[in-house]
Amino acid sequence: MIFSENFIEIAYIIATALFILSLKWLSSPTTARRGVWAGEIGMGLAIAGTLLHFGIVDLKLVAIGLVLGAVIGVPLGKVAMTAVPQRTALSHAFGALCVTLVGTSEFYLRAPNIPPFMMAVLSLEVILGSLTFTGSLMAAAKLQELRWPPQRPVTYKGQNFVNLTFLSLAIIVAAVLVLRPDQTRLFPALIFIPLIFGVMLIIPIGGADMPTVISLLNSYAGLSAAAMGFVLNSKLLIIAGALDGSSGFILSVIMSKAMNRSFTNVLFGGFGQIQTAATSEQEAKPVKSATAEEAASILSAASRVAIVPGYGMAVAQAQHKVRELYDALTKRGIDVRFGIHPVAGRMPGHMNVLLAEADIPYDKLMEMDAINGDFPQTDVALVIGANDVTNPAARTVQSSPIYGMPILDVDKARTVMVIKRGMGAGFAGIENPLYYMDSTLMLFGDAKGFVGNIVRELSGGHG
Amino acid sequence: MKLDLLTSLYVFMLAAFIGFEVIRRVSPLLHTPLMSLTNALDAIAVVGAIVLAAEHKTTLAAVLGTIAIVAATSNIVGGFIITDRMLRMFKSSGPKKP
Repeated sequence: MIFSENFIEIAYIIATALFILSLKWLSSPTTARRGVWAGEIGMGLAIAGTLLHFGIVDLKLVAIGLVLGAVIGVPLGKVAMTAVPQRTALSHAFGALCVTLVGTSEFYLRAPNIPPFMMAVLSLEVILGSLTFTGSLMAAAKLQELRWPPQRPVTYKGQNFVNLTFLSLAIIVAAVLVLRPDQTRLFPALIFIPLIFGVMLIIPIGGADMPTVISLLNSYAGLSAAAMGFVLNSKLLIIAGALDGSSGFILSVIMSKAMNRSFTNVLFGGFGQIQTAATSEQEAKPVKSATAEEAASILSAASRVAIVPGYGMAVAQAQHKVRELYDALTKRGIDVRFGIHPVAGRMPGHMNVLLAEADIPYDKLMEMDAINGDFPQTDVALVIGANDVTNPAARTVQSSPIYGMPILDVDKARTVMVIKRGMGAGFAGIENPLYYMDSTLMLFGDAKGFVGNIVRELSGGHG
Repeated sequence: MKLDLLTSLYVFMLAAFIGFEVIRRVSPLLHTPLMSLTNALDAIAVVGAIVLAAEHKTTLAAVLGTIAIVAATSNIVGGFIITDRMLRMFKSSGPKKP
């Protein structure tokens, strides 16, 4: 028995090292796939070690669980790239579900003999787990654009008060259980209150805040797993949870910074209130529009082009047409690069994945800070389905709700072209002065169709 | 018992620092695969669920444990598959390797 005890610990230690290496290798696209293999081997070792340790006690249920999980997991691994944000939210929900169920079982197995500190950690595990479960399901449903919940932020008077009440109630129940772990009747409340809280927390969140919220839920899922590691006294689980938690935390910080907002503002502000500030004073101003033919001739005369994609490109599934445009322009010797805002899309890195899927080389995908200095030397900035992240009001108009948010300085390019369905305002209903500039041409139409037309003009027409 | 918890706290703190340092270096290019990979690794929680289902101390624990195994395994399998699919798509443009 001593031997097998050591065996499993050694398997766990190797798995831990492989997990850390896995994330380290992910730092660059050239080594990243090695990172996945390291993770897979580590995972395999840890599971095999656990199974061997328990030998033949009763693996029937375990086998059923593993097979069923694999059957669900394979299709979830094969979703379309445009569906990756909702898949990710769903997997946060599954992770949180696992943690909550294990925490619940542990409570009923151990109660009433649970020391206070242990009970506190167990409460944290279950509270974070259940609120992440429903919160992530809500986020996934919003991203999948199901009929319910509405994608638009839903806000009501006293929302923050209601949310804080739920949270405090959960903490009070946890405190009582820490003092009196024999009060097992209270335990269900420790699950159900956070379940409701998770729903309430995500109801006021809109699409543009999704990158921050997904990251935050990622962080919660990691922390709850780490808490579970404390309860089970599993160092492997503590480390995996801490890695996941810090990853989610770092991403949330990056996303909040990119929106010039604080966490609390994202979670407790709701973007809804801001809309009142967005009165359209520029209504009467004229805009210049252009046809695909005109756009093509301007593009073919350029030597440096920067394409700025946004969520609109993903919605229109235009990434493959954008690739054709990239090819047509590069063939003419034009330098084409992509400027990617950290919060473009619905989750961190979303645009990069879509463009990589369309076979655009990753060294052409530039971070905001890397490309911003180059806009004054750029002949054409082509904005496809992005709005707020290019709004110069963020730099100049102090009363603007997005004032202070870092943006892509497309307005500094010699010519700006914006592909847009119509003059409707962006997500937050904020007017974009970019559209009224002298150097701006509006290309009205569906992103996929319009880019396709430009490509046709470039290849067919005067070349 | 006390000692275990203290050791656990040390482990947690060190792992969090390693996590911050390692993940800070991940290029924004790969933030989506990063999230799907950490998600798959996080599903190592499955070992806790396996113990519950295998020990079968109570029916409740066995049933919840089995559901937990299903949830975690789907994350492991799906997470690794999609991360690898995404990373395979990232290609460099020329012979110049960074």
